[in-house]
Amino acid sequence: MMWKREEAARPSGTASGPPPASPRTTSVPGDLERRGEHEPMRDERASIGKSIVIKGELSGSEDLTVEGQVEGKIELRDHVLTVGPHGRVKAQITAKAIVVLGQVTGNLTATEKVDIRENGAVEGDIVAPRVAIADGSHFRGSIDMQRKEAAPERAARPEAKPAAAPAASVPGQLAGV
Amino acid sequence: MTGPSGRRLAGLIPLFGHRPPGPTRSGPAAPGPDPAPTTRFQSRGLERFLALVCARPAAEFVDLGPVIGANIAFLGERVGCKVHVEDLYADLDQHAREGTLDRLPAILRQRFPLPDGSVDAVLAWDVFDYLDAPAATVLADELTRLLRAGGVLLAFFGAPGPRDTYTRYVIEDAQHLSARFYAGACPRRPGLQNRDIARLFERLRVVDSVLLKSGAREFLFRKPDRAGR
Repeated sequence: MMWKREEAARPSGTASGPPPASPRTTSVPGDLERRGEHEPMRDERASIGKSIVIKGELSGSEDLTVEGQVEGKIELRDHVLTVGPHGRVKAQITAKAIVVLGQVTGNLTATEKVDIRENGAVEGDIVAPRVAIADGSHFRGSIDMQRKEAAPERAARPEAKPAAAPAASVPGQLAGV
Repeated sequence: MTGPSGRRLAGLIPLFGHRPPGPTRSGPAAPGPDPAPTTRFQSRGLERFLALVCARPAAEFVDLGPVIGANIAFLGERVGCKVHVEDLYADLDQHAREGTLDRLPAILRQRFPLPDGSVDAVLAWDVFDYLDAPAATVLADELTRLLRAGGVLLAFFGAPGPRDTYTRYVIEDAQHLSARFYAGACPRRPGLQNRDIARLFERLRVVDSVLLKSGAREFLFRKPDRAGR
């Protein structure tokens, strides 16, 4: 089993093995009572437990917490990935938001925010509009928080890499040179 | 000072000195149970540095200091640049503890994977205060190599602080920094003379240099563009 629920196992995503039907998607039309039984599941988070090791591509459409080990690629485009204190991830990660309390090696791309908490460690490049790095965390790599709309401007620079944005002016009075 | 470009040490105005009673709100937490003392000071070098960097579209920085959330937020969200974090203080500390500081020149030569002329700005902070002459020469050469034409480098020399400490510089705003000391294994060395600094960065031009009240010197360098400006 790759993913597990806090209370009930519920595999999901593209991890190996045929995923059992999700409680959210298996309700029989008209069977409102049974669907109602599953409603509390919506508030639970999928998680990969401490003893779980996944190698490969992992994707999903719900929030996920990793406490085990993942190697490969993680894609949760509209959801939050949390790498827990025991989590060890070597992967390219794409998510709406990424919270790191454990160890991540690989590039992180978030459409909203990357949050490296105390004792969290990241080695890789981050692309996100907002990045929070707590004291006591470890980071090595680059951080790109530039807005995407300026990419053409940057592409015009001969020595510049693609994917960039305009340099916003610094609020306050800066001495012109 | 009289540098190769004939510029004089400009700032003799007392700029820093007051010590607030406690840590600043944006300052990083100190390692260990007690909060480290924080010194807040005005930095003309930072102000001019940011002005030069902001004139460059989609600038890329190299930050040689430890990663600090407030600095990342400032540089990334407000200045809008890409930041490469290369914590040389961690490297220094590791080699000091292992007794391998003599290997630093060779290590520094391989330390930065970025291509030539790929960054617009370097925040070197006071890292040169911890290096011997061979290591400082290699680092200065490497940083010069990384800079694009017109790129700028800000460094502090002779920064104050207990001998066996490093300093975290936190950008509070475009004109102010706060400095917080934390314990380290690599001792500060006697400050370089201005002529030594000029020699280290002989391929760069001194845009500005400021002597702070504390005795620290801020140097802002710029790599000449193709027209030699």
